[in-house]
Amino acid sequence: MDLTYTPEQQAFRAEVRAWLEAHGPSEPLEHYDATREGFEAHRTWEKTLKSGDWGMVTWPKEYGGRGLDLIQWLIFEEEYARAGAPGRVSQNGIFLLGPTLIEFGTHEQKQRFLPKMASGEEIWAQAWSEPQAGSDLAGVRATCVQDGDDYILSGHKIWSSRAVFADWAFGLFRTPGTERHKGLSLIFFPLNAPGVTVNAIKKINGHVGFAEIFLENVRVPAFNRLGDEGQGWHICMATAGFERGLMLRSPARYQVAARKLAQLWEANKETADPALEADVVRAHMNADAYALNIYQTASRLMAGAKIGPEASTNKIFWSELDIHLTQTALAILGPTAELTQEASAAGPVDWIDDYIFALAGPIYAGSNEIQRNIIAERMLGLPR
Amino acid sequence: MDFTLNDEQLMFAETARGLFADSCTPDHWRKMMEAGVARDDARWASIVETGLTLVLLPESAGGIGLSETDFALIAREAGYVALPEPLVESAGVAAPMLAALAPDHALLADTMATIAIAHPLNPFVAHADSAAAILLEKDGEAYLATPDQVTLTAQPSIDPFRRLFSVTWDAANATALGKADWDLALDRAALFNAAMGLGLAQRSVDLAVEYAKERQQFGKPIGSYQAVKHHLATAQVAIEFAKPVVAAAAAEISARDVQARARISHAKLVALEAADTAARASIQVHGAMGYSWEVDVHLFLKRALALSQSWGTPAFHRARIATRIFTQPMGPDQTFARETENA
Ligand SMILES: Cc1cc2nc3c(=O)[nH]c(=O)nc-3n(C[C@H](O)[C@H](O)[C@H](O)COP(=O)(O)OP(=O)(O)OC[C@H]3O[C@@H](n4cnc5c(N)ncnc54)[C@H](O)[C@@H]3O)c2cc1C
Repeated sequence: MDLTYTPEQQAFRAEVRAWLEAHGPSEPLEHYDATREGFEAHRTWEKTLKSGDWGMVTWPKEYGGRGLDLIQWLIFEEEYARAGAPGRVSQNGIFLLGPTLIEFGTHEQKQRFLPKMASGEEIWAQAWSEPQAGSDLAGVRATCVQDGDDYILSGHKIWSSRAVFADWAFGLFRTPGTERHKGLSLIFFPLNAPGVTVNAIKKINGHVGFAEIFLENVRVPAFNRLGDEGQGWHICMATAGFERGLMLRSPARYQVAARKLAQLWEANKETADPALEADVVRAHMNADAYALNIYQTASRLMAGAKIGPEASTNKIFWSELDIHLTQTALAILGPTAELTQEASAAGPVDWIDDYIFALAGPIYAGSNEIQRNIIAERMLGLPR
Repeated sequence: MDFTLNDEQLMFAETARGLFADSCTPDHWRKMMEAGVARDDARWASIVETGLTLVLLPESAGGIGLSETDFALIAREAGYVALPEPLVESAGVAAPMLAALAPDHALLADTMATIAIAHPLNPFVAHADSAAAILLEKDGEAYLATPDQVTLTAQPSIDPFRRLFSVTWDAANATALGKADWDLALDRAALFNAAMGLGLAQRSVDLAVEYAKERQQFGKPIGSYQAVKHHLATAQVAIEFAKPVVAAAAAEISARDVQARARISHAKLVALEAADTAARASIQVHGAMGYSWEVDVHLFLKRALALSQSWGTPAFHRARIATRIFTQPMGPDQTFARETENA
């Protein structure tokens, strides 16, 4: 147990900080879910990041990364959030598919997909959910039929984040005639391939943040299948582990939010309900506990452990802390809480939008009800 | 940066676990409750023999001189069995304080002895009657007195194994030991109570899980119902996010700065909240059984309640965290930052 940074880790932090100060956008970018321009501005930022070799620091050098360890990744994330750098438009690729590809992909697949993912040249969407297969993901009906060296994909995907503007999707498909968890395969397809139709769906904040995707006899090479045919469920669960347990929500963003909340409190405490100070303290505690938990997880993984069902506890914790934190901010703002960013004099933080965003947390990446089932059954051993 | 425990630390915790599993079972509690006692000499002797009381004592005072991290692991195991004896307050708080003031004191060599501590933050002294001596505070100075040199008035606690007393005493009848570090005593006690809280919490969950697998209603084990599952999952989440806070608080206690104090307070708050959440969930999952004296869950509920309010109330600890928030830099690069580095 040693909770101090080595001189190398400190130097690394300084290097990230200096680079971000020199290269970070001076003005906030338009949201990537709002318009094509906003999306492309974020892609350009990803390319800038890559020019400094910061695309995805944990990946091996040969696949577009820096070959750094998870502690360095956390330091990078901390500096990134501290600098207020743009949201990662490529998050579904770099945080979910990337680690999964590294674990299950062939050398050729890694070479083909990872460097372009790290550079923002190809931005990825996740196409798992279907109208009839949400929480019950094993109910996926979209099909993949092998035809020579190709697959023919058909079906209807929905709720695919950023698919409206993204380039590629990693989808979950079923070999016809198979049932439930068996017979699923994870296959990549270009979102502009013939036979693919992408329709935008507006989120409750008005952004076209998700899409439904119709696939009609879409032909892709079998090279685009990750792992073996029928191994899809197993691979998806590994992806879900990264998503819930470690990468999707790095603690730094909540620590930044907790700091801003403390500032909001200090600016408004003369008029706000005094009872809210306890919530401001609680928000800091939650963000801090989450950071410590992730440092512990990173240390364990570096010592050779694997992510297990405890990833589900993380997902519940970060999604609930986010709602509590943003709700506290709105309570401090009181009657001006409902104002949208344009009208609000609350300052640079768009608390109402952060709150609306936070409300999705308990739904995506496996709903919190499903996570509680997983904890009860796989961590505690209760019967199904 | 390495947030893992070493093998030696895990081994000590394992030893404590094994010892308590054998010597502190529900049967033992029941016999003690019937006899109206809160100390089992045979168990204390085995605790002493295993070296658990020496872990935090410096070598100069005959101890092993390990760290708070090591002792916190033992405290957690003590919580898991709701250990009646004051291992934490005596070996984790009072004895190290005495050793700092008088490393050659004969009491430190008396292995069967426990030492009680009257901290100014606590209105009562736990286990003062069975202690060989009590550490007392006056104007920041420490004094030592035997129970018969002071007047003890029993203050019965809802926890059958916490024997509380108010103490009236006269410095003329006590041995003066000089200025003592009462803040360190508080930090250690709060930290080890947090660690006990983790143990209490996990035991409450484990008891409920065991019961929910066996108990059938509507033709199925009650543990297959989601409402039951979700109660216990929620408690487990609270435990999982208290654990690393307790571990970090233990590792950083010696820094003695605003951040270290805030983290100890954070640990105490969340670990004992987890213990409370878990104990109440466990009672609910047990139904009326959980409400009966027969079933053991209430011991964990009562201990959690007692520990939550002693060694600093939740409000006291929240205020220490607020001090950290409003006087020190915050943000993602500050997780392990120190006051001195920021000065
Ligand atoms: C902002 C956002 C982004 C998303 N991005 C993507 C994406 O990029 N790609 C993608 O594939 N999907 C995405 N999703 C979809 C997401 O994965 C699903 O919404 C989620 O899996 C839940 O499925 P559902 O919406 O069909 O709800 P349902 O499964 O119909 O669930 C509805 C409610 O019933 C509860 N419920 C269902 N089954 C059970 C059960 N067994 N026990 C207890 N409660 C149950 C759920 O917890 C939920 O509260 C996104 C969703 C949101 C909100």
